Amino acid sequence: MERDKHFILGIFDDEDILLSAVKEVRAAGVKIHEVFSPYPVHGLDEELGYTRSRLPIAAFLFGLLGTTLALTMQFYMMKFDWPMIIGGKDHAAFPDFIPVTFELTVLLAAFGMVGVFMISSNLKPWAQPRIFDLRSTDDKHVMAIDIASNGSVDLEQIKSALKASGATEVNSKSFE
Amino acid sequence: MQVTSPVREPLVTGGKTYKDVTNDIARQVEGKPTVGWLLGLAVSLGTLLIGSLALVATLWEGIGMWGLNKTVGWAWDITNFVWWVGIGHAGTLISAVLLLFRQKWRTSINRAAEAMTIFAVICAALFPLIHMGRPWIGAIWALPLPNTYGSLWVNFNSPLLWDVFAISTYFSVSLVFWYIGLIPDFATIRDRATGLRKTIYGALSFGWDGAARTWMRYESVSLILAGLATPLVLSVHTIVSFDFATSVIPGWHTTIFPPYFVAGAIFSGFAMVLTLMIVTRKVFKLEDYITIGHIELMNIVIIITGSIVGIAYITEFFMAWYSGVAAEQYAFVNRMFGPYWWAYWSMMTCNVISPQLFWFKKIRTSIAATFILSLVVNIGMWFERFVIIVTSLHRDFLPSSWVMFYPTITDVGVYLFTFGFFFTAFLLFAKFFPVINMAEVKAVLKSSSEKTIK
Repeated sequence: MERDKHFILGIFDDEDILLSAVKEVRAAGVKIHEVFSPYPVHGLDEELGYTRSRLPIAAFLFGLLGTTLALTMQFYMMKFDWPMIIGGKDHAAFPDFIPVTFELTVLLAAFGMVGVFMISSNLKPWAQPRIFDLRSTDDKHVMAIDIASNGSVDLEQIKSALKASGATEVNSKSFE
Repeated sequence: MQVTSPVREPLVTGGKTYKDVTNDIARQVEGKPTVGWLLGLAVSLGTLLIGSLALVATLWEGIGMWGLNKTVGWAWDITNFVWWVGIGHAGTLISAVLLLFRQKWRTSINRAAEAMTIFAVICAALFPLIHMGRPWIGAIWALPLPNTYGSLWVNFNSPLLWDVFAISTYFSVSLVFWYIGLIPDFATIRDRATGLRKTIYGALSFGWDGAARTWMRYESVSLILAGLATPLVLSVHTIVSFDFATSVIPGWHTTIFPPYFVAGAIFSGFAMVLTLMIVTRKVFKLEDYITIGHIELMNIVIIITGSIVGIAYITEFFMAWYSGVAAEQYAFVNRMFGPYWWAYWSMMTCNVISPQLFWFKKIRTSIAATFILSLVVNIGMWFERFVIIVTSLHRDFLPSSWVMFYPTITDVGVYLFTFGFFFTAFLLFAKFFPVINMAEVKAVLKSSSEKTIK
């Protein structure tokens, strides 16, 4: 069977049942493809074994870039390119450069991080998402299990594991 | 689904399930516009059109159409600028600062408050832009762009330039923060829709599928954006206050300005949020989401910030007397008893005295009283900026130049234009965008009660 085409879906009503179900299903040796929820469920990423997002690091690096660019720009323009005495201060009036430096740090950190988020999560206006179950943006949590990547596990065994862990429905879904 | 707690008041009343949340909020996006909404839109658009005549007059004839004169070089326009920016601050405070403080009640109001921020900042930005006289070449004066004069760069020592960076960063970061929050809700509407609406909301939702991995990143992004927006919002009004504080005008040249302006901004912003939310909850029947509890909490923020503003007024007076500087002392006596005494006392009544009524639980949990007081606060905060700007300028160092400032019809018209724009934009937002953050309300629906199903 082809990978990433045929799935078994477990539908859950409640976030706490979902969390314990993820634990039980994984303990039964079933690999979970992904869980789709209408809202963020705290602790779900740890139960699924996802490593922490590195987006904060991206934000920090972009912020650092903003600080560097802002200071370089201001020192270059005010001290070297066209020095002028304003208010009797030194050309390089460092304290005066702090507000713009702060703003550009925030600007680059925010936009850089959001840009990385968009790219890493494939968020773009023309993206066509694969929707496993329309209710996953409304009121249900949908656990998708890729049949092909669980080759060694029996199909019925997966279904019964889902049922036993509290899924209200067990469906199957195939994509072209 | 909703479990009520014996200890804590639920944030969402009416025993709503997840499904109910989707239905209640998506309903107004999907339904036909109501008569009340159309009427509101007609009035706002009318105001926008009338106001645009004044805007066109300003652009065509120049800022000589305004009531400014050689002594009072800043008046009505900068008053409006500071007033609108201040209003914007509440949205960021609710979405960012309350997120960092883990205040779950913010989830029902953050979306609308952030929309208000964005529209208010646009209104604010209009005033310095048109005050440049020729805004179409304003980019050369306001941004460090290479030019044929040298390049002669912009002056990075000037607080006015800091403002350009502060306001534009604030606007764009707020917009991104707001949009990131909207993406999951657009996906909810997309998955309920068919035809053209599915295409439009599909594009707006950026292909969101609600995967756990994406939610994990989304939460991470929200937290960092909140962490960035919190110092940002404080910096914006701090820098706005620097426009005044770094000058040597008596009445402006004070170190108390940054905290005083920030408190005033939050004060007026919460008042505007209340004005808008009281109407919105009524029109869209969202009383179960924006409860009396929410209104009371916002009123408490108003008492706190209003009292800070009151203390700042008194401190300013004390420092003027204590400084021993005759010009400074005169500026403050002139404020209180000079020709603009009525503006000063309107400010004092509206900002310092009337919000103290919120100490009474009966008043701060009354919708009618809150609505009236929220308008009073916004009137008071407009007068605060007018008092600071005009009374400090109109009697300058040369008594032969002492004049009064009188606004012209064009001044009033441009202000009307911003009102028309603000309410038109807010009404369009409230109709076509989910006015409450569905995903975040669902996330607190269960945990806002003590008992959870295991």
